[in-house]
Amino acid sequence: MRMRNLMTLALAGCAIGLAAARAAEDNQAFEKIERGRYLVVLGDCVGCHTAPGGKLFAGGAALETPFGKLLGPNITPDVATGIGAWTESDLWRAMHEGIGRDGVRLYPAMPYPSYTKVTREDVSAIWAYLRTLEPVRNEVQPNQLRFPFNVRRPATSTWDLINFKPGVFQSDPAKSDVWNRGAYLVEGLGHCGTCHTPKNITGGDRGGEALQGALLQDWYAPDLTADPRTGIGSWSAEDIVRYLKTGANSFDIASGPMAEAVENSTSRMTDADLLAIATYLTDRTPRIEDTAIALAHDDTRMVAGKAIYEVRCAACHISSGAGVPNLFPRLALAPLVQSTDPTSLIRVVLIGSRAAATSAAPTAPAMPAFGWNLSDTEIADVLTYVRNAWGNAASAVPPTDVTTLRGRVSR
Amino acid sequence: MTRKLPATDVVIVGLGWTGSILAHELTGAGLNVVAIERGPWRDTATDFPPAYAQDELRYRIRHDLFLRPEQLTMTFRNNASQTALPIRSWGSFMPPNGVGGGGVHWNAETWRFLPSDFELRTHLVGRYGEKFLPEDMTIQDWGITYDDLEPHYDKFEYLCGTSGKAGNIRGLIQAGGNPFEGARSREYPTPPQKQPYGPTLFAQAAQGMGYKPFPQPSGNLSQPYTNPLGVTIGPCTYCGFCEWFGCGNYSKASPQTTILPALIRRPNFEARTQCEVSKINLDKSGKRASGVTYVDSSGNEWEQPADLVLLCAFQLFNVQLLLTSGIGKPYDPRAGEGVIGRNYSYQVTSSVGAFFDDKIFNPFIASGSIGMCIDEFNGDNFDHGPHGFVGGGYMGAVQTNGRPIQTARTPRATPRWGAEWKKAVAKSYLSSYESVTHGSCYSYRDVHLDLDPTYTDRFGRKLMRLTFDFHDNELKMSTYLTDRLAEVVQKMGPRQLEKHPRRGPYDVTVYQTTHTCGGAIMGVEPKTSALNRYLQSWDVPNLFVMGATAFPQNPGYNPTDTVGALAYWTADAIVNRYLKSPGPLVQI
Repeated sequence: MRMRNLMTLALAGCAIGLAAARAAEDNQAFEKIERGRYLVVLGDCVGCHTAPGGKLFAGGAALETPFGKLLGPNITPDVATGIGAWTESDLWRAMHEGIGRDGVRLYPAMPYPSYTKVTREDVSAIWAYLRTLEPVRNEVQPNQLRFPFNVRRPATSTWDLINFKPGVFQSDPAKSDVWNRGAYLVEGLGHCGTCHTPKNITGGDRGGEALQGALLQDWYAPDLTADPRTGIGSWSAEDIVRYLKTGANSFDIASGPMAEAVENSTSRMTDADLLAIATYLTDRTPRIEDTAIALAHDDTRMVAGKAIYEVRCAACHISSGAGVPNLFPRLALAPLVQSTDPTSLIRVVLIGSRAAATSAAPTAPAMPAFGWNLSDTEIADVLTYVRNAWGNAASAVPPTDVTTLRGRVSR
Repeated sequence: MTRKLPATDVVIVGLGWTGSILAHELTGAGLNVVAIERGPWRDTATDFPPAYAQDELRYRIRHDLFLRPEQLTMTFRNNASQTALPIRSWGSFMPPNGVGGGGVHWNAETWRFLPSDFELRTHLVGRYGEKFLPEDMTIQDWGITYDDLEPHYDKFEYLCGTSGKAGNIRGLIQAGGNPFEGARSREYPTPPQKQPYGPTLFAQAAQGMGYKPFPQPSGNLSQPYTNPLGVTIGPCTYCGFCEWFGCGNYSKASPQTTILPALIRRPNFEARTQCEVSKINLDKSGKRASGVTYVDSSGNEWEQPADLVLLCAFQLFNVQLLLTSGIGKPYDPRAGEGVIGRNYSYQVTSSVGAFFDDKIFNPFIASGSIGMCIDEFNGDNFDHGPHGFVGGGYMGAVQTNGRPIQTARTPRATPRWGAEWKKAVAKSYLSSYESVTHGSCYSYRDVHLDLDPTYTDRFGRKLMRLTFDFHDNELKMSTYLTDRLAEVVQKMGPRQLEKHPRRGPYDVTVYQTTHTCGGAIMGVEPKTSALNRYLQSWDVPNLFVMGATAFPQNPGYNPTDTVGALAYWTADAIVNRYLKSPGPLVQI
């Protein structure tokens, strides 16, 4: 307690202007800590910094990247293994510039390219909250990347030069406050682009393709643009709010990594913030893409796929592909079903998937695995059919894609 | 060595319907609840996915979802002159196993009992006089009324999303529903299921004879439904794999599809599976339960202390645990005294098979409880005076399955195997129809449960012994009902009709229903009942015993709706009465 007060004083002594006002703020004030707690929810910090069954924020959750595995570090105030020896400025530098204590460059699995947009005030509140956590001694070896990616990143990182531009979010005066709040959340703490924006060869965001859908951890995070076929163009703001709040709406049910994001983060957001996110997302330009034409009904893959669908899938997803709201996702005219990349579809058929559970929608229905009794060709055919029936149109799924993914997910 | 665990507020033995309901209500009241379940965890998508759930050999023939007799069984005899022998393969009834219990494998027929069923002795003696009842019949009043239970029936049906048509809303008879039912406070949560051809034909025939057919209330849902806990159930696909099977389509009401998703989110709830409770422990006074002892799958023995013990296992195992734990006075049939093991009862079903030349029934379009029924011959809905028996049952065309192994009906004279049999099966599969009666089974002085003198289980406890046979009253009832049913089926126009009334003696190897009842019944006084009207033990007030164990006799209905309603009734009594003043809720 005394130490903290001294630190606050020391910071206040060497700061000027806004920083002085901020430092004079009481880091133990309820309002600030509570705001920090909520900001941590907005940022889904639990997702990476809490291991399954582990102590809150003590680190250890694994993130699979194309370059190897990274573990979320311990961010409790433990001096030896957490961020107990950090200062608020250290956290600011980490979130804003991607540089950890003592100048260590962070791997961009820590979404600092998004967090850089977070205001200094918000980072300060996050800091205030993190300081209230019980320090947990938990040694995490975050960097488990393959060579050469495991080598400590140099002080001037090429990656950052190519992929990263620090800078706090600047609001657009032409747009409403609600829209700007949504943009701040989606582009900043919410770091939606980390999963949903296509990546370049180095793993950085592809400029100009924000939120157009991307592959990560053998899941395809779908297109969030207003594209009516592959994006969420047909969803109203209310549909988006309901999805984020409960994990389910009449179109879809969250599963995979999004189920975790819903459970840890979006379901705990305020309605006002969810509406802001929806306002921003519904206002985005649809991506420009070539229009797909559905495969012919008498295509042999369609004929085979239809037979499999009727026997294996129709009992839940209904013959018309309509699904059952809150229970079985609709397949007809569904964005994920028609996405350019069918990885998520192949994955759920191969090994199944469980939907998000929230207090508002606790059902958590699951899709059973079919990989054990459907061949790669059968899975490809049924998905090709699903992607081209009931008004859907998308590329056929090659059996080799199923074979490849089967090898990866059954490792 | 038994290791003692930290105490909890509530320990629940068995995590089926009643255990789930009580756990949900009591965790909601802020209590810490530990549920101990003998079998495995069961989850819809991983334990009975549509890719293999419809496997008759695995589930119906090999009993995949049921208790293994090697783990625990009981002995059986028809009467006291015989030596009871252990049941080594389940036949007449099916003890469930695993999370969800019987709620996983039931047909989901969701009936309320008649108002007169709850005051049976008073009602029958009032109408017919004491002498009309057989001398050795031991039927009793329940100690509660239909009106007491109505809000709790309603709560359970709205948990399940039950599909049906009300026959009596607040005293107003509704067209198309069961006119005999007690008054309900509102319509069913979802409309009736669509009826296939057989039930439609049966309903037409019954209506033509002046009866009032109605759709059977069903926990196989007619449409998607989200219950008050926020849990969504899907529409039934009419696949016909309900009884004996778990539903892979999330469309049959079960603890998994209605209550567990909400319950497992509660931080003050914990389930321990593959753990078998071997004993309910009492303190030195013998008037208070101190918790339970259980054995885990590694053979380790644990003591779980608790302030409140809720016995929520299958009916027979509730009685068995009471007997082996020395709680309550065991029933002695010679003296007619004692309460644990008293008034065991079962069910009396029968059927009428019919073979048609000109009709295609498509028996594989089925659900556990789809069908059209009449209730004119149930309970005391008709004058028993001229017939010389009491009791009755509902009857109707209930199209539960067309499963390939067992639904192979052939006319009586057909050979049991070979080319002629195959020909007859092929001819009859689509064009035969079986209608059923679901009759009451009243209780008798000699029918009871006690501890077997010879056989023990793997813990060295004495097995429980069943002494049961049908009595003349029930056999007369079955013959009468089967004759009435046959009259309706005859109007459906079959080529050939075969009556199968229930005949004695009772055979423990032939399946009828899993509706075994009684043994630790509820009632108005401790001399003749083990439990008071709140299902609280008269002897050990911090022990409550759930399920059909409490039924003083069995009416002509399936039990689950009443089992669920009683669980809510007890939960209400615990939360609103017992917790405020722990102790006996009924003073004598």
